[in-house]
Amino acid sequence: MPAVQETIDQVRSIDVDQYKYGFETEVEMEKAPKGLSEDVIRFISAKKGEPEWMLQWRLDAYKRWLTMREPNWARVSYDKIDYNDIYYYAAPKNNPAPKSLDEVDPEILKTYEKLGIPLREQEILAGVEPQNRVAVDAVFDSVSVATTFKEELAKAGVIFMPISEAIREYPDLVRQYLGSVVPVTDNYFATLNSAVFTDGSFVYIPPGVRCPMELSTYFRINEKNTGQFERTLIIADKGSYVSYLEGCTAPKRDENQLHAAVVELVALDDAEIKYSTVQNWYPGDAQGRGGIYNFVTKRGDCRGRNSVITWTQVETGSAITWKYPSCILRGDNSRGEFYSIAVSNGMQQVDSGTKMIHLGKNTTSRIISKGIAAGKSDNTYRGLVSAHRKATGARNFTNCDSLLIGNQCGAHTVPYIESKNASAVFEHEATTSKISEDQMFYCQQRGLSEEEATALIVNGFVKDVLQQLPMEFAVEAQKLISISLEGSVG
Amino acid sequence: MLEIKNLVVQIEDKRILNGLNLTVNNGEIAAIMGPNGSGKSTLSYVIAGKEDYEVLDGEILLDGQNVLEMEPDERAAAGIFLAFQYPLEIPGVASMTFLKAALNAQRKARGEEELTTPDFIKRVNAAAQQLEIPKDMLKRALNVGFSGGEKKRMEILQMALLQPTFCILDETDSGLDIDALRIVSEGVNALRSPDRSFLVITHYQRLLNHIVPDTVHVMSSGRIVKSGGKELALELEANGYADYRTSEAA
Repeated sequence: MPAVQETIDQVRSIDVDQYKYGFETEVEMEKAPKGLSEDVIRFISAKKGEPEWMLQWRLDAYKRWLTMREPNWARVSYDKIDYNDIYYYAAPKNNPAPKSLDEVDPEILKTYEKLGIPLREQEILAGVEPQNRVAVDAVFDSVSVATTFKEELAKAGVIFMPISEAIREYPDLVRQYLGSVVPVTDNYFATLNSAVFTDGSFVYIPPGVRCPMELSTYFRINEKNTGQFERTLIIADKGSYVSYLEGCTAPKRDENQLHAAVVELVALDDAEIKYSTVQNWYPGDAQGRGGIYNFVTKRGDCRGRNSVITWTQVETGSAITWKYPSCILRGDNSRGEFYSIAVSNGMQQVDSGTKMIHLGKNTTSRIISKGIAAGKSDNTYRGLVSAHRKATGARNFTNCDSLLIGNQCGAHTVPYIESKNASAVFEHEATTSKISEDQMFYCQQRGLSEEEATALIVNGFVKDVLQQLPMEFAVEAQKLISISLEGSVG
Repeated sequence: MLEIKNLVVQIEDKRILNGLNLTVNNGEIAAIMGPNGSGKSTLSYVIAGKEDYEVLDGEILLDGQNVLEMEPDERAAAGIFLAFQYPLEIPGVASMTFLKAALNAQRKARGEEELTTPDFIKRVNAAAQQLEIPKDMLKRALNVGFSGGEKKRMEILQMALLQPTFCILDETDSGLDIDALRIVSEGVNALRSPDRSFLVITHYQRLLNHIVPDTVHVMSSGRIVKSGGKELALELEANGYADYRTSEAA
């Protein structure tokens, strides 16, 4: 199909060092002093013009964080992180926040264009086939630089804005839900995020509203030694629906950069949230130098009856991925889904999976995970499915497939299954396979090069998950997967 | 035209082909027959370029080009096609997708324009119809859950679409019932042309009733031990390979 061909063209056009988003943008930045202290947190809070309660929340988190220890149970290894050698706030100068795209630094707009998000075009194109449009919020280091389609969304009653703005404009809403899914004390990285988060997106869908377009956020870490700590909060009120996409990139750097985000989703009665991620942070070079440490806490709370939360992720980037998008199935009859493609190559380390916590009656969950390991990478699926005492009739289906390319990589599956209710039914299937030499020869005999054949076989392997992604993202994801696997054969 | 001169091949230190000589002219259908283990499938793999086979001596020329220096995909683009005895499954990849990727890869390698989707679909449908391949089969993942007959028809469909100049049929008749055998043979016969040649590997005369060869070669112990016209196949059918097996010992 055309997408496959495009993938191949894309792979061809890339030189040996394959990371296509590795450019850096020259923009004057304003930074907080390096390191972490109460003063830095006060600085961030003041920069954002936050109310007192928010500052207090951050400071409490910071105090708590000081008493916590970095987790070490994941199957990843890295040098100790010096948390005082990181900038916790970096913003393109020329704040306060722009009122329209015209006020955004043209250099930043150019960056987004290179990333394939023509913000300008989006507004110009307004009015063409509403279902195909995507509203975009773009976060550059620590601040949100542009949110498109804001007015049109407002007409539907949808709130989609940088979280820093929402804290000022909708404090009650934010205060009610922030930290209600991922508590401040949840884990080391989430607590750190709570103390220092700088921006991210806020979404609220009012009762009964079907969000008229896809919402999307692009995150980019640009500045050197800068951590990115974004915070996203999405609330789907009763009977509403929203589909949200996030994309991530970063320039090439020799040193590692920390990314510790928190995403919280809340679905009330009969509401549905689809959250899709295409993660392409810089993975480091062939020797494992540089790259992003992606230590992210993502959790959805199916708080209402009959609510649905679906996580779909395509993970190709980052030196280290530590990420378990989860669902708390609290409401009766609620449903959680997790569809994942995790590709690792070179020296990348992935420890990722999901947690499905069944609390309510007749709750169902589905996990489809496809791990592809190439080069010298390590790819671990770690997942928890649990049914609590009251979760009568809970059901889960898990399918974990791993594909190995070459013989220096590793694939591991670590499922945890806990059931405290005798009526729960959990199914787990797992396979590990290699692309066989016979399959390769067959494809090559038909005229496909080794790389084309690998791309085709891998695309077949991940098809079930790709189908879950919105169309444009599926094409993008297919390309990314092929690019990530460039040089993995032969 | 394909010329094989003094081909010596081994796999894991085991000699399989021992100075094989064979010429197949343009437009010719050459049948290769021989007992199990005589090296027939090895010959087809070596022509197509499968790894693991070590060529110790000899050469293979396709229209004067040295095939042994080419990668398998380059050989495919140059016009070599192998219809597999056991076609491979590619899970999750629709047959249609695979066909298009293969065709366009070959066209690109030859510096030709890629086919537009409507042109491509037209060609596939025409070829599929002749091989009595239903459209829904083209939407299924390639060879996954296909019956033996379906797999073989899919091989011939690929051949029809890719329009190779040198086609190898490796025991294409194995696992086919009478109807499937007829459909597959008709498909092959429709592709006969003055500038396309075939190497038909088979154990049985019955395939050669449908695909009538110009020449028949008997292979034993990695060599061609006897060549003749189509009547040679009938003779083998009547007498078996006993005469040729004895030469193995020599």
